Amino acid sequence: MANNSHGGTGHFWVQRLTAVALIPLTIWFCFSLASMAGTTQENLAAWMRSPFNAALMILVIGVGLYHGKLGMQVILEDYVADKNVRMISIAAVTLVFVMFAIVGFVSVLKLTLGA
Amino acid sequence: MAEFTLPANSIVKTGKTFDAPSGASNVRKFLVYRYDSSDGNNPSVDTYHVDLDTCGPMILDALIKIKSEIDPTLSFRRSCREGICGSCAMNIDGANTLACTMAIDDVEGDIKIYPLPHQPVVKDLVSDLTQFYRQYEAIEPWMQSDSVPAGNRERLQSKEDREKLDGLYECIMCACCSTSCPSYWWNSDKYLGPAALLAAYRWIVDSRDEKTDERLEALDDPFKLYRCHTIMNCATVCPKGLNPAQAIADTKKMLVQKNL
Repeated sequence: MANNSHGGTGHFWVQRLTAVALIPLTIWFCFSLASMAGTTQENLAAWMRSPFNAALMILVIGVGLYHGKLGMQVILEDYVADKNVRMISIAAVTLVFVMFAIVGFVSVLKLTLGA
Repeated sequence: MAEFTLPANSIVKTGKTFDAPSGASNVRKFLVYRYDSSDGNNPSVDTYHVDLDTCGPMILDALIKIKSEIDPTLSFRRSCREGICGSCAMNIDGANTLACTMAIDDVEGDIKIYPLPHQPVVKDLVSDLTQFYRQYEAIEPWMQSDSVPAGNRERLQSKEDREKLDGLYECIMCACCSTSCPSYWWNSDKYLGPAALLAAYRWIVDSRDEKTDERLEALDDPFKLYRCHTIMNCATVCPKGLNPAQAIADTKKMLVQKNL
C-alpha cells in the first residue's frame, strides 16, 4: 500500500489482517501451552527446536505485539488531545513493543538453536 | 487529555418547580434542562407538571404547551413537527431523538429532556451546531463533475444506481447521530462524525458524481474517518432509521480496495 502512512487506511487494514491471523495463532498457542503444562524445561526446549514450532512462536510474538501496538496507538489517538504528548506516548509505546518483540525473538532463537 | 473534571459553572442544580393546575388528573412530570450562556449561572433542571388531558401526544406538544401556558422563558428549536426538518433534536429519556416524533407514552417514569450531548449550549435545549455544519460543508455536499451531460440536459441515472442512494439521502442533519458518538465527543475538532460521513458516502456512491477518488482521498485520514470504532450509537438513535456506521464501514472498504 503506497503513500498512506498518514492516511489511516494502512493502519486500518493491517490491524484487521493481524486480527485475523491471530485467531489460528492464538488457538495453536493456547493448545501448545495446555499440552505442555507441568513439563520439564528440557522437554520444552526440545519442543522449541522444531522449526515449525519456532516459526509459529515467532509469528505469535511478532503479529501479536504488532496488533497490540496498533491498538494502543488508537487508544492514545482517541484520548490524548495534546499533539506533542500524543506523539511522544505513541513513540514510547512503539519502543516498548519493539523491545518486547526483540526479547521474544531472541528467546525463541536461543531455545531453538540451543545456544 | 480526556477531561475528568467538570469545567466551572457546569454542575447542574435543581431549578424551579411548576405545579399542574388544580383538578388535573392525568399529570406527567417533565424534567427539563435550563441554561443561559449569557448570564454566567450554573445550569439547572426545572420540573414541569403537565396535564396530558389538554396536551398533544408527542414530547414536542408538551414542550410547546410548557412554553405557551406554563413558562415562556423556555427555549427550544422546532419547525415542521413531523420529523423532516430536524430542528427539535434533543436528548429525551437518555437518548438523542426528535421531540416531534417521540411519543410521551413511550417514556416510562419522569420525562427527562436535555440538549444534544457534548455541544455548546446557547440556551436551554438550543445547542450551538456551528462545528457540525462546518463538517458537513467540509465534505462538499453537492454534485461535482467535469463532464457536460449529452444533449445538455439532466444527468440520467439507472434505477439500480438510484437505489444505491436509499438509506443515505434521507438524512435530515438533525445531529442526533454525531452528538451521540463517544468518538465525536472526544475528537469532534478532528473527527467528521457520522452525519458528515454518511453525507460524504452519499456522494461517493452517486453514479453522477465524478469526484469519487478525490472524495475518498479527502477522507483517508486517521482522524477524519478512522475515529469510527463501530460503537453504533449513530444507528441506534437515528430518528430516520438510517445507519451511518454502515456507510462509514463501506467507505473504509472502498479505501482499502482503492489502496491495495
